[in-house]
Amino acid sequence: MEFLSYLINGISLGSVYAIIALGYTMVYGIAKMLNFAHGDVIMVGSYIVFIAVNQMGMPPLLAIVISMALCTLLGIVIERFAYKPLRSASSLAVLITAIGVSYLLQNLALLIWGADPKSFTSVVGLAPVQLAGGRLVISGETIVTILVSAVIMAGLIFFVNNTKMGRAMLAVSEDKGAAQLMGINVNSTIAMTFAIGSALAAVAGVLLCSAYPTLQPTTGAMPGIKAFTAAVFGGIGSIPGAFVGGILLGVIEIMSKAYISTQLADAIVFAVLIIVLLVRPTGLLGKKISEKV
Amino acid sequence: MKKAMSLVLAAAMAFSFAACGGASGTSGATSTASGAASTTGTASGAAIKIGGIGPLTGGAAIYGNAVKNGAELAVEEINAQGGLQFVLNFQDDENDPEKSLNAYNNLKDWGMQALLGTVTTQPCLTVAPETAADNMFLLTPSASAVDVIKEDNAFQVCFTDPNQGVASADYIADNGLATKIAVIYDSSDAYSSGIHDKFKEEAAKKGLEIVADEAFTADNKTDFSVQVQKAKSSGAELVFLPIYYSEANLIIQEMNKQGCTATVFGCDGLDGLLTIEGADTSLFEGVMLLTPFAADAQDEKTQNFVSKYQEKFGETPNQFAADAYDGVYTILAACEQGGVTADMDASAICDALKTAMTQITVDGLTGEGMKWEATGEVNKAPRAVKIQNGAYTAM
Amino acid sequence: MNILKTMKKSTRSNLITYGIVVLFYLVMQLLSSGGLLSNSMQGMLVPICTYVVLAVSLNLTVGILGELSLGHAGFMSVGAFSGAVFWMIAGQSLPSVLGLAVSMLIGGVMAGVFGFLIGIPVLRLRGDYLAIVTLAFGEIIKNILNAIYLGWDSNGFHFSMKDATSLNMGEDGEVIINGAIGISGMTKASSFTAGIILVLITLFVVLNLINSRAGRAIMSIRDNRIAAEATGINVTKYKLMAFITSAFLAGMAGVLYALNMSALAAKKFDYNTSILVLVFVVLGGIGNIRGSVIAAAVLYVLPEMLRGLNDYRMLIYAVILIVMMIFNQSAQVVAWRHQVWEKLSATGPLQKLARVKKQTKGEA
Repeated sequence: MEFLSYLINGISLGSVYAIIALGYTMVYGIAKMLNFAHGDVIMVGSYIVFIAVNQMGMPPLLAIVISMALCTLLGIVIERFAYKPLRSASSLAVLITAIGVSYLLQNLALLIWGADPKSFTSVVGLAPVQLAGGRLVISGETIVTILVSAVIMAGLIFFVNNTKMGRAMLAVSEDKGAAQLMGINVNSTIAMTFAIGSALAAVAGVLLCSAYPTLQPTTGAMPGIKAFTAAVFGGIGSIPGAFVGGILLGVIEIMSKAYISTQLADAIVFAVLIIVLLVRPTGLLGKKISEKV
Repeated sequence: MKKAMSLVLAAAMAFSFAACGGASGTSGATSTASGAASTTGTASGAAIKIGGIGPLTGGAAIYGNAVKNGAELAVEEINAQGGLQFVLNFQDDENDPEKSLNAYNNLKDWGMQALLGTVTTQPCLTVAPETAADNMFLLTPSASAVDVIKEDNAFQVCFTDPNQGVASADYIADNGLATKIAVIYDSSDAYSSGIHDKFKEEAAKKGLEIVADEAFTADNKTDFSVQVQKAKSSGAELVFLPIYYSEANLIIQEMNKQGCTATVFGCDGLDGLLTIEGADTSLFEGVMLLTPFAADAQDEKTQNFVSKYQEKFGETPNQFAADAYDGVYTILAACEQGGVTADMDASAICDALKTAMTQITVDGLTGEGMKWEATGEVNKAPRAVKIQNGAYTAM
Repeated sequence: MNILKTMKKSTRSNLITYGIVVLFYLVMQLLSSGGLLSNSMQGMLVPICTYVVLAVSLNLTVGILGELSLGHAGFMSVGAFSGAVFWMIAGQSLPSVLGLAVSMLIGGVMAGVFGFLIGIPVLRLRGDYLAIVTLAFGEIIKNILNAIYLGWDSNGFHFSMKDATSLNMGEDGEVIINGAIGISGMTKASSFTAGIILVLITLFVVLNLINSRAGRAIMSIRDNRIAAEATGINVTKYKLMAFITSAFLAGMAGVLYALNMSALAAKKFDYNTSILVLVFVVLGGIGNIRGSVIAAAVLYVLPEMLRGLNDYRMLIYAVILIVMMIFNQSAQVVAWRHQVWEKLSATGPLQKLARVKKQTKGEA
């Protein structure tokens, strides 16, 4: 019974990782860049919802829509001014710029909203589900997070494979130059990717803070890194991989806390990651890359 | 291309070093000006320069900003009274010992005569030996490890960690609050693990049984479901949380979710729970803590401080702000006792303050009749309070 | 001057790099003896040396070997802790120069051993997967160091992962590493001179490696692994060589860092520090060793120079970082810079200067 309870906790943590990882993997898959600022967009999205709900008294759903809109805008602005000029530069240059953007967002948040932690009120109205006579409890947040990430995953897969825009994204991710020759506007496709990624970040932020209700300027940083790990775990660039990787990472983290050591949980998670990558060098569901001279 | 790049960088470097000689003075001067502007224009130039160091950015920014605000408020009040004048220059250390040392050197260039800081323990362990070598007076509002005050020039406003660990175990045992206890602490934090270690020792002496001893780390403080579940299934009657309030908020919410009804007991770090914006304070009912400061205490001094603080910074002060406020007044009292004037150099001031500190008694926000040992440790009584109807009540 | 002209281009470039370091040392010493150096600058000299060594050694992995590493701080911490433990136990009683040198050597060797152990499996991975594994490694090291309790008494070492009281030490026991609090109460040993010597050693090792047969092999792996393999280069061997050298130097830098302060905690060595060093490398130019030296020095000093901005300090730092990156790396901006440069040199007052430059180039 204890084990089952830990498993549920693991899945609920994992579902939060999964939803953040989806945004990571989406941007990586198409723009081929590690967007280290993703976690901080999540933080901004959460603050927007917090202010809309707690200070302006808006209904949560409206707040989420506003937050998604503003985060989309933020994503486009960041892409336009920080990443687009570096389109032809090395991927490392973009990585460093992303880190700069991450510092920028954190410090802006610090100046605007202060360092004091805010307690986020859950936007999920669903009552917890009790199993086995109340000994197992699945919280409403967990159910909603899993459902939402599954829906987003399915939506993304459909979008990428079956819409014109989505196929354009696939083409850009395969070969930017060739895509351009085929009449695809590479710049607007990548901007679109960032817009979608940032809107997903807003949703992820709301669910992260609903499940773990504390909000500070650094809130997004560590979950961001963990979700990135999850995305790599599942095979970065693979949409189902991010989902599977996120859930697994959450379960492994909780299990190592429960049965090995609460202190060394992170070390164990990362050690498992290393072992997985040694056995499957492109992650669980990642594509094999064949090399040519 | 690379050449052009190195040229640009070399030019930037030459500029930065050139700026360095002069700028260290200038940068100090700007903050002096801003400090002085907010304080009043009385007796310019004849003010004692107090430096402050703490994390103003990064993950620990809550504590540094609270100290900075509390200290600013006290300096303003003191300058308005006339008499000795202070000017405060508070520098960021990002909770990084290395940056803390840089901040300390920067303040020395500014002409600091006494140091209020550093706010957090780890940087303080690095800066304190430097101040001893320079014979610079150090009064830390909140760095609570014993090693911080090893040198004779260093004093504390807060309790030491062992002191808190022992006091908590004694209080729980003497009042028969519980016999089975679960502890959840931050093993990556010096404050938390310091209290935890002493608490465990003292609890064993007092016959308390620790049924669950669970840690978390600074990088892994999102999910507390495992720690809470272990505490719950161990049958603990009381959960001891020697941690800060932002994590305690998460733990208490998780306890509520899992239906864990054990009493929560904490140290001064838990103060601030009631001020978290957006928190459901009904969950904090029955939380007990040993704290030197309570923002809703009814005495005139506290109320005056809280209302001024809220007016100026738009937030309710926590214990860090109160410690800093007391710290500045302590420096004032010691300066008056030791006959310190603004034209003395830092070393002479330090010598005067070292003796004066053991002679003064300060009635502050965080304790009546605070006195200091020559070791640097403060003598004050912690108050045990319980949260009832959304407010602290004495126990 | 004739010798300079007849020299190989790479040798001349290397000499300039050494020259910059020596010149920096002399100028700082001169200023310091004249009392012209601020406390703030004085305090930053050793950290500058530390970060220069870190940046140069990371450039060996990132720029020369062509593998992105996000775990450089991990090697630094291994070096820092092993060096500091030796210093606490034995180094303090040795003559200070010898003690420091031996501590550094121990730190470097320990980091090198870790580099070897990690390098064997990890170097099979590529690109971003290698990056995440090095990041994971750095975090693992930090987590474990955070949980270590190490004591020393007449019976030798006592070790525990629980707490200080479970070390069971004798009367004369002394806790050396106290979990998250780390090591405290060290006497300081690092000096600016020691730092500069380490920088020169690092430059010597790295520059010579680059210009050697092994270095060319390493760079050929970076440019085309399969082609390199086909010409009979032992890829694993040369990859490991670069990786271990890089780790060894980072370990030495860690000791320099640790012994510059009286306390040492594992918290410092997280991915933020690794990324900070990576920022130095990228801004200095990937593969450009002199660029790393200059970028590390300038960018380390920059946030300290911004202290006057108070609350806006880190915000401005972030903006400068982004702007510098775009200014240096964006194709459009670089093209625009060239245009402006040409215009100025064609018509403006710079015309003369450009001509003089061309002439000197022709002579060379």
